[in-house]
Amino acid sequence: MKPEAKAVDIDRNVGDFHYKMDYAKDAGRGLSEKTVHFISDLKEDPDWVREFRLRGLKTFLEKPLPTHWASKDLETIDFDKIRYYLAQGGGTKRTWEEVPEDIKRTFERLGIPEQERKFLAGVEAQFDSEAVYSNIKKAVGEQGVIFVGSTEGLKEHPEIFRKWFGKVIPISDNKFSALNAAVFSGGSFIYVPPGVKVKHPLQAYFRINAESFGQFERTLIIADEGSEVTYMEGCTAPKFETATLHSAVVELVALKGAKIQYITVQNWSANVFNLVTKRGLAHEDAEIKWIDCNIGSRLTMKYPGVVLKGRKARGEVLSIALANNGQHQDTGAKMIHAADETTSNIISKSISIGTGRATYRGLVHVPKHLKNCKNNTECDALLINSTSRTDTYPAITVRGTGNAVQHEASVSQVSAEQIFYMQQRGLSEAQAMSLSVNGFVNDLVRQFPMEYSVELKRLIELEMEGSVG
Amino acid sequence: MPSVTQEQNLKSGILSGPDDSAELPDWFRDQQRAAWEKFESIPRPTRKDQSWRFSNVDLLDLSKFKRPAALSEEDRKTILKYSRGLEHSAARMIFANDQLVERTIVSDDLKKRGVIFQPLERAMIEHADLFRKYFMSTEAKLGSAKFAALHQALVSNGTFLFVPRGVEIEQPIEIFHWLRHDNMSIFPHLLLVTDELAKVTVIEHFRSCDRNSAGFACGVNDLIAGPGAKVTYVCAQEWSRNTVALQMNSTTADHDASAMSLNLNVGARYARFEGLSRLIGEGARSDMLAVSVATKEQEFDSRTLQDHISPHTASDLLYKNSLDDKARCTFGGLIRVEPHAHFTDAYQKVRNLLLSDDSEANSMPGLEILADNVRCTHGATSGQINEDEMFYLRSRGIPQKAAQRLIVAGFLNEVIQRLDQPAIAEHLNRLIEAKFAERS
Repeated sequence: MKPEAKAVDIDRNVGDFHYKMDYAKDAGRGLSEKTVHFISDLKEDPDWVREFRLRGLKTFLEKPLPTHWASKDLETIDFDKIRYYLAQGGGTKRTWEEVPEDIKRTFERLGIPEQERKFLAGVEAQFDSEAVYSNIKKAVGEQGVIFVGSTEGLKEHPEIFRKWFGKVIPISDNKFSALNAAVFSGGSFIYVPPGVKVKHPLQAYFRINAESFGQFERTLIIADEGSEVTYMEGCTAPKFETATLHSAVVELVALKGAKIQYITVQNWSANVFNLVTKRGLAHEDAEIKWIDCNIGSRLTMKYPGVVLKGRKARGEVLSIALANNGQHQDTGAKMIHAADETTSNIISKSISIGTGRATYRGLVHVPKHLKNCKNNTECDALLINSTSRTDTYPAITVRGTGNAVQHEASVSQVSAEQIFYMQQRGLSEAQAMSLSVNGFVNDLVRQFPMEYSVELKRLIELEMEGSVG
Repeated sequence: MPSVTQEQNLKSGILSGPDDSAELPDWFRDQQRAAWEKFESIPRPTRKDQSWRFSNVDLLDLSKFKRPAALSEEDRKTILKYSRGLEHSAARMIFANDQLVERTIVSDDLKKRGVIFQPLERAMIEHADLFRKYFMSTEAKLGSAKFAALHQALVSNGTFLFVPRGVEIEQPIEIFHWLRHDNMSIFPHLLLVTDELAKVTVIEHFRSCDRNSAGFACGVNDLIAGPGAKVTYVCAQEWSRNTVALQMNSTTADHDASAMSLNLNVGARYARFEGLSRLIGEGARSDMLAVSVATKEQEFDSRTLQDHISPHTASDLLYKNSLDDKARCTFGGLIRVEPHAHFTDAYQKVRNLLLSDDSEANSMPGLEILADNVRCTHGATSGQINEDEMFYLRSRGIPQKAAQRLIVAGFLNEVIQRLDQPAIAEHLNRLIEAKFAERS
């Protein structure tokens, strides 16, 4: 476990700091048409984007909170107190030298520039509402790969951007995707040309610095025919007393034979509501893989999905959730089969510690007249303490005779025998527990890129500290 | 809802409320009136309600259904003639359109030992204490609160069975409920109370006189397994193809009790079953089984809750569906382990066998675990006949159709064998075979 192998710092305390900022661009508190126009004016949005935002606002206001199935905790979000746009102004820089000193200090403390030099093909860093830094390695840029912020993407590459923007996740998909449509800012736009395989991952780092802030980035990744790309996102925020909202929309489009791998390590502080909509569209022979680790936040609601639109498309969700005291990780996956011979795989592992609650919600849909579609779902939950809670709510629809779907879930705890065995070989109870938990997630963590798996294991050890005894 | 139809049914339609002419105790009347108000105040379910997701709620338009008139002598004779179930039973009660057609009494020996087997209307007077304690004492939690209220408002008859401490009834008790004439509605009820270490098996047969007539059945069963008691409940649902049926069963298992239930669905246009098992004492166990043979446009909707309230309890659910033509099956089940219900063992498995391109299976197996030291698993599979199995049978000269039937029968039989009651298993298998035979 070499320290330089760190991909993203997911030690919760490392992100718990913030600097006083003077924001030149501030949309104030609360949400109205004025807020939307403020953002649109500032960004000099084309008319169609302004209309898109206004439709988003209307839909957001019309839709009720999904509390008939989701956590009642959503009702505690005061949408009038949230600040929807904050930026220093000055735009996105291509080199760290140009980034204002105080912001640069934040990212240096999080170790982003260092990682970039070591193993990333490109980095974008977002500070509150706007990207402050965005750069890809020259060699990657020369292959025609585009990696810019969403604002820049829609302005400079409208011919590709507009074709897919809002198509995978429509405005009205849910209340929070509508909110994002209204006030989105930041996020990445990536285009990988046909046949280009980006060797190293592209990374985005999202940082919330201000209190009572809402971050609404919007990411669109298009992998053209036969191309491959891996995207990683990390995030942190300082601990504030008041609730912070993070509501992103991420759309992936994998054209024929393309492969997209999207990795998230979510480590928001425990005051963040993390309500994210993520979906990919996989064309013929394409593959979309979501690797999703949820460790932080107060309430996360996130169900990455894949629409398997073309023959032989593949979708996969690998998910790890760790719910500690006061946290609710409401995560899952959606697999919509829409073509023959499509396959999907969902593996979800959750660990509930203390009063933590982990929920798996899944949707698998195989409509009729499709042939040879396969889905496999496995979700395992581990309960550490007697106050821990776990739920599983899958919904599976299968029509017709050509398809096979299986779902399995189990709930268990670390067996006393296992702990006893390890203790009598000289491990403390806490060490034994930590080892067991690592064993529980090990087969899943192994599928993650090396840098992540090392960090994750270390993090789980950290989280397990003090949970027993 | 068209107001014209409602007006036409104002007198005899079920939507006109409780019938005040029947001779029932005042306290029961009051309960019925309160239930009616509740029924009217709860909105009709929509598919957006989580507990009605995937369900064809449009079929629950009750405006055309009527309260039945008195049966003719001819009807009674015919019904008696066709009320054949098991070879041997300890006692029988036969209802048609909620009217008692025949009742055989339990043996003198059982009677002497305190077994009570009575129509509901008598039990509520003669055994008011027991009745009031257990009759619909559990809230309908699985979505049908509205229809449970409707049942309570309109229930006029049913069965009351009490098995005292230590009494074991060897042969099954049989209950028949018939629907006679078109567009009739019935509200079957079974109140089964067992005391400590008692043992009993009850089988209910739900049938229609005319295989094409439309009907509405809205039943509620209260099944109480006392400490150490062993209760087996079997339901053979054979309503006509135009019947809309709702059945809400609530099982309570006290410490060391064992409750087993099996529902066989072959009939009805739409049958929704809500099964709630509450494990309230240490050592309690509940087995929930169901077999559905769905063809044509049939829809079976099952919602279950395995509610572990006490530590050291076990539950095991196994539902198997075979789906053909345009049939739909929906399963929504939840294992809930309440706080402090440690050392729970809970299993839940639903398996769908899809035999046609237009059939549809929806599975929503759920877990809510609020305790630790539990072992809970659930699984849901949907698939089709294994081609190797088919090939094996065909290579031995068995025609395609027959081979398919054999495989499906074998698939379903696993559930029925779990009952460990050969006579009942034989009867249920006969019903399944008859359903297969309809097709060829």
